[in-house]
Amino acid sequence: MNWFDDWALPLGVFLPAVGMVLLFFIPKKNETAIKATALLTTVVTFAVGVVILFRFNYHSGTLQFTVNEQWIPVIHSRFHVGIDGISLPLLVLSMFICILAVIYSWDHFPEPRNPRAFLALILLLEVGMNGTFAAQDLILFFVFFEFVLLPMFFMIGVWGGPNRQYAAIKFFLFTLFGSALMLVAFLALYFLSKHPTFDMVQLAKMHGEGIAYGTQLLVFGGLFLGFAIKVPIFPFHTWLPDAHTEAPTVGSVLLAAIMLKLGTYGFVRIAIPFLPRAAQAWAPWIGLLAVIGIIYGSLCCLAQRDMKRLIAFSSVAHMGFVMLGIATLTNFGINAAIFGMVAHGLITGMLFFVAGSIQERFNTREMSRLGGLLTQAPKLGWILGFCAMASLGLPGLAGFWGEFPAILSAYQPAGNISDITFRVYMVVAAVGTVLAAGYLLWMFQKVAFGTPKDEFKDAHIHDVHGPEWIAWTPLLVLIVVLGIYPNFLFKVTDPAVTRETKQVAAVLQQANRPKTEAANR
Amino acid sequence: MIDYAWVIPLVPAISFVLILFFGKRMKYKGAEIGIAAVGASFVMACIVAGQWIAKFHHAPETGVKAVTHAGLWWQNGGQKITAGIQIDGLAAMMMFVVTLISLLVHIYSTAYMHDDRRYTYYFAALSLFTASMLLLVVADNTLLMLCGWELVGLCSFMLIGHWWEEEPNSNAALKAFFTTRTGDVGLLIGVVLTWFMVKAATGRGSFNIVAVNKAALGGKVSHTLVLVCASGLLIAIIGKSGQFPLHTWLPDAMAGPTPVSALIHAATMVVAGVYLGARLYGIFWSGFSIGHGGVNVMAAIGGITIIIGAVLAFVQRDIKKVLAYSTISQLGYMVMALGVGAWTAAIFHLFTHAFFKALLFLGAGSVSHSGSHHSFDMKEDMGGLRKYMPQTFTTFVIGAIALAGIFPLAGFWSKDEILVTANQGSYDVFLYVGLVGAFLTAAYMTRCVYLTFFGEYRGHGHPHESPPAITVPLWILAFFAVVAGILNAPHVDLFKKWINPSSVVGRTVDPELIHHIFARFTEPTFDTTAATISVLIALVGIAIGALYYFGDKGPHGLTQRSGAAKVGYTFLENKYYLDHLYTDVIVGGVKGPIANASYWVNQHVIDGVVNGAGKGTSLLANFTYDVLDRKVVDGAINETANATGWVGGRFRGLQSGKVQQYALVLFGAVGLASFVLALVYVVS
Repeated sequence: MNWFDDWALPLGVFLPAVGMVLLFFIPKKNETAIKATALLTTVVTFAVGVVILFRFNYHSGTLQFTVNEQWIPVIHSRFHVGIDGISLPLLVLSMFICILAVIYSWDHFPEPRNPRAFLALILLLEVGMNGTFAAQDLILFFVFFEFVLLPMFFMIGVWGGPNRQYAAIKFFLFTLFGSALMLVAFLALYFLSKHPTFDMVQLAKMHGEGIAYGTQLLVFGGLFLGFAIKVPIFPFHTWLPDAHTEAPTVGSVLLAAIMLKLGTYGFVRIAIPFLPRAAQAWAPWIGLLAVIGIIYGSLCCLAQRDMKRLIAFSSVAHMGFVMLGIATLTNFGINAAIFGMVAHGLITGMLFFVAGSIQERFNTREMSRLGGLLTQAPKLGWILGFCAMASLGLPGLAGFWGEFPAILSAYQPAGNISDITFRVYMVVAAVGTVLAAGYLLWMFQKVAFGTPKDEFKDAHIHDVHGPEWIAWTPLLVLIVVLGIYPNFLFKVTDPAVTRETKQVAAVLQQANRPKTEAANR
Repeated sequence: MIDYAWVIPLVPAISFVLILFFGKRMKYKGAEIGIAAVGASFVMACIVAGQWIAKFHHAPETGVKAVTHAGLWWQNGGQKITAGIQIDGLAAMMMFVVTLISLLVHIYSTAYMHDDRRYTYYFAALSLFTASMLLLVVADNTLLMLCGWELVGLCSFMLIGHWWEEEPNSNAALKAFFTTRTGDVGLLIGVVLTWFMVKAATGRGSFNIVAVNKAALGGKVSHTLVLVCASGLLIAIIGKSGQFPLHTWLPDAMAGPTPVSALIHAATMVVAGVYLGARLYGIFWSGFSIGHGGVNVMAAIGGITIIIGAVLAFVQRDIKKVLAYSTISQLGYMVMALGVGAWTAAIFHLFTHAFFKALLFLGAGSVSHSGSHHSFDMKEDMGGLRKYMPQTFTTFVIGAIALAGIFPLAGFWSKDEILVTANQGSYDVFLYVGLVGAFLTAAYMTRCVYLTFFGEYRGHGHPHESPPAITVPLWILAFFAVVAGILNAPHVDLFKKWINPSSVVGRTVDPELIHHIFARFTEPTFDTTAATISVLIALVGIAIGALYYFGDKGPHGLTQRSGAAKVGYTFLENKYYLDHLYTDVIVGGVKGPIANASYWVNQHVIDGVVNGAGKGTSLLANFTYDVLDRKVVDGAINETANATGWVGGRFRGLQSGKVQQYALVLFGAVGLASFVLALVYVVS
């Protein structure tokens, strides 16, 4: 199977592109063939992911399935891809969610109806997302990272809600702004490092060697902005509610489930291992913004009347937990962060699906107009309740494992990051869980409990049906399975995370030593 | 069986899934699955209890060790974190109580919930409720306890809001969830600290209960850390076990079906807090320095709760609310007992209270089911029911006497043991608090019995006795309410042999713990004087209640005559205004002005900056085009100006929303870039 190991990642990344090209050879009228081709493409891509899952060595924390070929020698950029325990779950999640997105689209194509273009965009998006998680070269990473913007831009701009143009442009420009600074930071890394290279493995090994400490802080700042906007971290989050509210259901799902993770993944993969010392200096500030995001996002949720916008703001709060875990630079924190990313992908993705289906049935997402969903569509109602419980971090469901270890990690952050500061964050984050219960359960109460309002009293509301069941069941099952036995995921991430945090800790120990000795004297 | 005790929570958990998916198709709509599952769990729990007791026949000097089994759960930093069971006397006793009461509640519900609109769903939730509580009970580590704890909260949310069509019910469910969740902030932090406590003591973190207790008692961990951990966990107990000041959700939780109230108040949910306190007692003992006597926060919270709960029970018209405040007060006894070092007494009181409180709730349900036409209002719809419902009446009175602590019923023995321990452990203040509580308890139960069963029938229904599915559970519980106390009577002393505080370190006899740490507290000597006094006080309570209600003596109508009394009464009727503080001030504030202000900031300040930047750029582009290009540069350097103008124009077009145009540019740019990259690749 050696040939597979060599081809696994290029296939996993570019197969959707092949499928997309195929779509354009199928006449627009032959809708079934178009849908089938798109579905088949995503399934085959996922099959590659499944084989990777079987052939992956879970005990080693190193890169696997690497391909390292010449690409653009002028700038020493190579086509270098590879995955480890940090990227594997996200890559497979991305492949998986794309299948569900295609299935859900089956009879939920948004207006103006154009299945071929819509599905092509999903496939294109998948190329960018998979590529980002596989890339091991900064230029390659950047290309994929930016590439994702385009399909999403069109998805929002063409198939979005009434305010779609504003939302799409805001999304695009905001992210592009961050990317510009990120690119500058990449270039700085290239030019200033001891050995100029874009190779992420090499850069991670150098830990910013050769770059003056003050410059490291600045470069980290550039990376921070690029990733923070993508996450998004407070106060760079304002594109998110607009994009989510306006995007078509599938767009929201992909945005929440995968695209937000590109930013947090960037922190774990690039910012922290490349510049551990700068990460240590920035950590209290990142942690601060993270916990502000938790509380602030929750408060904004409480003020919402639109269900979808509420879920969008809840992402700000949830990504706050992820960022808090990352900011501690500990194995607990980063393991929790990756778990949190996957769990948030499953749960919030599910919530957006449900919100979309509610809108489709009632033509509104105004919570004050809804009510009594449990009497009209009990299954849909209970699924909403289940997702709300998962989202508020109920133990036994996946969301808990993103929150609890993150809170735990904040008790004792790495290096010489202030314990006291992070213990305050720990308490604030724990308080955030109460607010999460608040906005989710009030939402559930308004939408599902009670009796239907007069305007929908006699409306015929059909309960969950075919494609919805097929698209949702895997998500629901995964939320439960990962919640009960979290080691399915921790087993994957832990070796790679431990490897990274050990290296970071070693660098920090060396860097911090002279200072402590001086202080002792 | 004892080695496979993890099956006991698993069976009702499976039952939950089965009822959910197949319940509606079954002959009895899923009830039979639930009853069979909980029945099986009950049998297994009895076997486990028997096996535990059997271990004492040939017990070695070092005592009987807890049975533990664990498996991999998750990992971090290469360290395996396990989940498993720890079965000892405490767990075995709890499993017995939980499964027994749950089984009776199941049977009772087949009659009580007969025509319910969500009968199947109700039984599914009961199964999950039982499973969650059992998970909490068997758990061998604090994190697993946290899981069970939260799931218990979820199930009570589901069941309190069972009739969610009406808003007060769903409000009550949300209130219960939020209030306990507020306490759970303490639990989250407490559980985090248990890990670091063990890490501080041994160098390697762990959530294991025995390891945590040993670390807390071992003296290697800084007292501050233990104190903070104990405080966090105490906050969790306050939330879950309805202690002052977070008790306000418990009376509202009466919105759920009555059998659920019985389950919540006797065997699950609220006793989870007390159970946690007992399981992790090492942390409280050492954090609050319980061995030193005087006053500590845990005992104080318990003591305050005894009184405020009991006082509120006097002003209720709703029979279930009387019982709810009574539960609050009795939970206060248990928490106070833990606070004064009376570990065994606290657990013993939990044990006896479970029977008579379940009995009283199910009795109240029986009254409303067959006597008062689904009302719980004692003043409007009850009275004189003893003639119509003799069995319900007899069992209810047995429960009331047991609760009042009259010799020789169950409540007497357990309450007495708490008081004696408080006395002998130099916690005098709490002895008096306990005695006042005993007086109040006896008096409000007299009032309750009088209003419900004596006088003239005031309702409008046709009262009759309830069917056997309801009365049989009542009699079974009445039996336990009479005899359960004997287990720990002087010269019997079986309960404290099987279940004692050294179980916190995983074995029943730990020489060091028993004789040096807990000694004075665990083996209080029975004190006839104290027992007599407490019974007398309870009798006085009954007598005064009887005089006031039956004999119509005393200051009736005082609230009309005296301004001060009226103010006091209003203060009580408004439940010390705590609900107003929480609902209107705190929750209303967060949900209303604070949330809206945050959102306003988001839309106008933060987003204002973003939009401002966009508009600024747009203006700059226009400026570039209109002013710089047309007026300044134009004519001077034509070529450059044209280029700038083109860019500016594009930019403006984008800002005014010409998406297609923009798309074209972007796709063009990317296409061009790809082409260039490909070219570079090919050429090189």
